[in-house]
Amino acid sequence: MELFGIWVAALLTLCIYSFLYQDNPFYRFAEHLFVGISVGYGIVLSIHQGLVPFALKPLWAALTGESLSGLIKLIPIGVGLLFFARLSPQHVWLIRYPIAILIGFGAGIAIPNVLRANIFEQTRGTIEPFAAMHAGTLSGFGVFEAILMVAGVVCTLTYFFFSVEHRGPVKWLSKVGIAFLMIGFGSAFGNTVMGRVALLIQRVDFLLSDWLNLIS
Amino acid sequence: MIKIIQCLAVCLVLCLSVSTGFSQVLPPPSNVTAMDTPNDDGSSITIKWDAAPEDSGISGYQILRRLAGGGLEEVGGILPAGTTTYVDSTIEKGNAYAYIVRAVSATEATVESEETAPVSGSGEWFHTGKIPLLVAMLLFSAAIVWNIYDARSGKEIFVRRIPGLEAVDEAIGRATEMGRSILYSLGLGRVEEVPTIASMTILGQVARRTADYETPLRVPCRDPIVMNVVREVVRTAYLDEGRPDVYNEENVFFLTESQFAYAAGVDGIMVREKPAAVFLQGQFFAESLILAETGNSIGAIQIAGTDSEHQLPFFIAACDYTLIGEELYAASAYLSREPMLLGSLRGQDWGKLFIFGIIVLGVVLELAGVNWITTLLQRVS
Repeated sequence: MELFGIWVAALLTLCIYSFLYQDNPFYRFAEHLFVGISVGYGIVLSIHQGLVPFALKPLWAALTGESLSGLIKLIPIGVGLLFFARLSPQHVWLIRYPIAILIGFGAGIAIPNVLRANIFEQTRGTIEPFAAMHAGTLSGFGVFEAILMVAGVVCTLTYFFFSVEHRGPVKWLSKVGIAFLMIGFGSAFGNTVMGRVALLIQRVDFLLSDWLNLIS
Repeated sequence: MIKIIQCLAVCLVLCLSVSTGFSQVLPPPSNVTAMDTPNDDGSSITIKWDAAPEDSGISGYQILRRLAGGGLEEVGGILPAGTTTYVDSTIEKGNAYAYIVRAVSATEATVESEETAPVSGSGEWFHTGKIPLLVAMLLFSAAIVWNIYDARSGKEIFVRRIPGLEAVDEAIGRATEMGRSILYSLGLGRVEEVPTIASMTILGQVARRTADYETPLRVPCRDPIVMNVVREVVRTAYLDEGRPDVYNEENVFFLTESQFAYAAGVDGIMVREKPAAVFLQGQFFAESLILAETGNSIGAIQIAGTDSEHQLPFFIAACDYTLIGEELYAASAYLSREPMLLGSLRGQDWGKLFIFGIIVLGVVLELAGVNWITTLLQRVS
């Protein structure tokens, strides 16, 4: 059975890689199989990890008198059922309620966290090394790093001013900012490409060792 | 004889006093208090006690608790000697617990504190520690609301040129001239995520133009809820343009929730349908390069935009235009020129200017040895 699994995995890997040449029936077969299986798997996962533990079990517990608190689940279940209003053209407007709740909830949760983590924490992190600089505990490289970081943050922030025309000093600051961005993107690009090459090596290793037994 | 007895008695007294002086008597933990942990959901109790002197011989502490009417049970492991606080997160809501702190020495001698009064955990509706964050959010919101009203009063708001967005019309026009479709992917984000919301507003503007030109707009979705919202967005755009007859619901469809299956599916659509323009706007992960590369290989004009900093390099390398980070959020205001969105954009700029000022002032103050800005930021975060 294990050997069968290896053969299936290897052939599907080759089918997917055949896309590198051009679109072909083997790739199409693998693509449709992948999409179909992933949808089926997703549905089963939603039932087992969502519907059963968060809706059916609490409701069942409430119906059997084990825990009446499960009745409160009727509210989210009712809101969720409104998604099915799409099936009826007359009641399709009802779908706006669960969508509004979802977006409102998501934004409410996300905005304070984004403000805290992406703005205030980062601002503090940019300023704090200067306290160490004042105390004289920062090395020469640390001083350079702190100054570079502040310069990078200030210039990059300038690039993202949209309601100001970028000319004069603003233009030059934003130009330096975009240079900082590109240097950052370059390093991220190199880092990620290395990660992807590692994934390729892992796949080739599977083909050569597990499937073809050419290397041990 | 009497003298011998007296000498022996004196020696005995001396030995006893010396041995008492050298033996280590552990002091019991003092001022032990147990209280409901503030600003939580009522699932923990905080126990505090005074720090013991360094030469007390205490090598650690063990927390013991008693449920009303029950026996003592140990909670957690041995805490290090310097500990003065412990948060018991293993309580059951509604039950009252009394606590004892047991001091332990290196020789495993122990001494226990007095038992605290029973305490139970209760949840709070309002997290008082988040008040500075609330104030900051209110100030930020006030700046945005002020600018929205300013924009609505008719004052013109300048928005700088964003090349990626100026190419939107070019891309749609090209697709129309070639008689091919436009592919729009919102990435992998869920409906409540900010990049997905931003992408939907851009999609609304793109849909308005495709409705005018009668260009097919194909939108494969990764999330069924996103698909439903996108259908609404596109349908509304077509209605607004007075072209509901051109709207085809089947062009906005669910593909799969799996990341790479989605990438494989979108790639397949690209190579088979050969859209003339590809929009990749929203939240993307490792599939970004796969999508952008395929779009590039079919010769489509590609406009990408994301706030995922790790994917931006791939979009920059493989796409014609890329909206970097916040440009994605500015796009809706830029394309629609609606006063509300333009005002909101300028309000955000005010926020950035404020942060800019805080950084410059903070650096100057820190170099002068004044650290109240970092202290304030610590409180806010």
